Amino acid sequence: MLLWTRRSRAVAIALFAVLFTVVVVAPLAMIVLASTAGSWNGVLPSELTGEHLAEAVTGDAVASAVVSAQTAVIAALTAVVLGTWLALGAHRAPRPVRRFLDAAAHLPLAVPSVVVGLGLLVAFSRPPLLLNGTRWIVLAAHLVILLPFTFSVVSAAQRRVDPQLAAVAASLGGSPWRVLWRVRVPVLLPAMSASASLGLALSMGEVGATIMLYPPDWRTLPVSVFALTDRGQVFAASASTVLLLAVTLAGLVALGAIRSRAAER
Amino acid sequence: MRRMLWVVPPVAVLVVFFGYPLALVLHQSFVADDGSVGLANWHDVLVSAEFQRALGRTALLAVAATAGCLVLGVFLALVLAFAPFPGARAVSRLVDVVLAFPSFLIALAFTFLYGSAGVLNAALGSGSVDFLYSPWGVLLAEITFYTPFVMRPALAAFSQIPGAQLDVAASLGASPWRVLRQVVLPDALPALASGACLTLLLCMNEFGIVLFVGAKDVITLPMLVYTKAIVTFDYPAACVVAVVNVVFSGALYALHRRVFAKGAGRAAVDAA
Repeated sequence: MLLWTRRSRAVAIALFAVLFTVVVVAPLAMIVLASTAGSWNGVLPSELTGEHLAEAVTGDAVASAVVSAQTAVIAALTAVVLGTWLALGAHRAPRPVRRFLDAAAHLPLAVPSVVVGLGLLVAFSRPPLLLNGTRWIVLAAHLVILLPFTFSVVSAAQRRVDPQLAAVAASLGGSPWRVLWRVRVPVLLPAMSASASLGLALSMGEVGATIMLYPPDWRTLPVSVFALTDRGQVFAASASTVLLLAVTLAGLVALGAIRSRAAER
Repeated sequence: MRRMLWVVPPVAVLVVFFGYPLALVLHQSFVADDGSVGLANWHDVLVSAEFQRALGRTALLAVAATAGCLVLGVFLALVLAFAPFPGARAVSRLVDVVLAFPSFLIALAFTFLYGSAGVLNAALGSGSVDFLYSPWGVLLAEITFYTPFVMRPALAAFSQIPGAQLDVAASLGASPWRVLRQVVLPDALPALASGACLTLLLCMNEFGIVLFVGAKDVITLPMLVYTKAIVTFDYPAACVVAVVNVVFSGALYALHRRVFAKGAGRAAVDAA
């Protein structure tokens, strides 16, 4: 390929190993190590303990994790449904309308999450709709932030679908509803599931809008992690972060399993 | 016309929870605390040293971080694609997983790696590494976090280049550098430019890293919105800063869509 001599190859791979360790492996390792550290004064923790992790899965952190998981599931599911709906609707609209809808649906991508939070704070602290101080405002923020991603994934898949498929189903006498439910939505299921994974991961880690909006009874895990680091409890914060990663990965694996089972059928 | 009715519910959600709040932010930025409408807020914010510093810092950090990610990401992707080694597949899977993690994780990890009581200071002697609470700390954290965002589109683009093309170029006597410069990079340029543009946008709007590093003198625009609104309850000023931030990132995003119209959807997904 690009490098022939054994030496140049070895040099490239060694450099790769060093950089990859610094950029990807070391940060992850540090978080895991810190979550099990009793005290850490040298290069490596001087003693290891399961205390922080045990606290994370019993105390306040687990309550936050439940809040985060609920928020992520509800927001991701709603975002997938609305994104798919929009993708299906936009696909049949005339070209200028389609372009406009595509741009509008992607727009939240270009707005910082803090500004999404500020906007919701300004808009829903006053009549006609008072949401400030409730969990619904957090869910609304997550939904707005996830929607461009789910829409993007599903509408990309929609563009690759053979239009003949729906046409054949209709010509065989399927009513528009039946064609939608039995043909047009099922072919998008893999993309919908992929976009759900994406939404889940993004929502679990969302901090910018949530920290502007969260009510005391709906504190997500990233906000709790920030509160811990702010108080200097970095080991507990690491343990909570490990919990966050574990919950996120469990969600992704579960969605992946559903996806592969759906593909087998 | 009936077809258009179809899209009303999801569009209504976007309007109510995104369009209307943004419009209110814009409106609020012109309304002073005493209720008078005018440019007073804008004047106050735009002339303040705090805002000007934040604006300059945001732009500088975003550009530098994107440049760093581009160099590092392209190198890592090149090795993965063209000098594969045992376990290269596992490494690219790991990159995909890392993309799903929140950015504040990097900032937290940096405290243990480079903080005053961190691994590096313990190994090299206390005080020898001291950049974390400066703009450099945020910059390096952003590079660390966003490099995989460049790696992924770069890997996708490199895998599209037929190996035979490289072999032919090499057999005609081109050095590896020349193959890289004249065959590989030109082929991957659109994907790389698109990825860089999105990374620039994400770096500009980055909040988690800046918040968690918590350096007193590293205030970016999103951080300024947060402090104005939540710490000092100065909503009019927060709205002005928010509008400025949205104008910049919106312009960048519009440029991205215009230049990379076809790949926009895919790149957005890659970025996530």
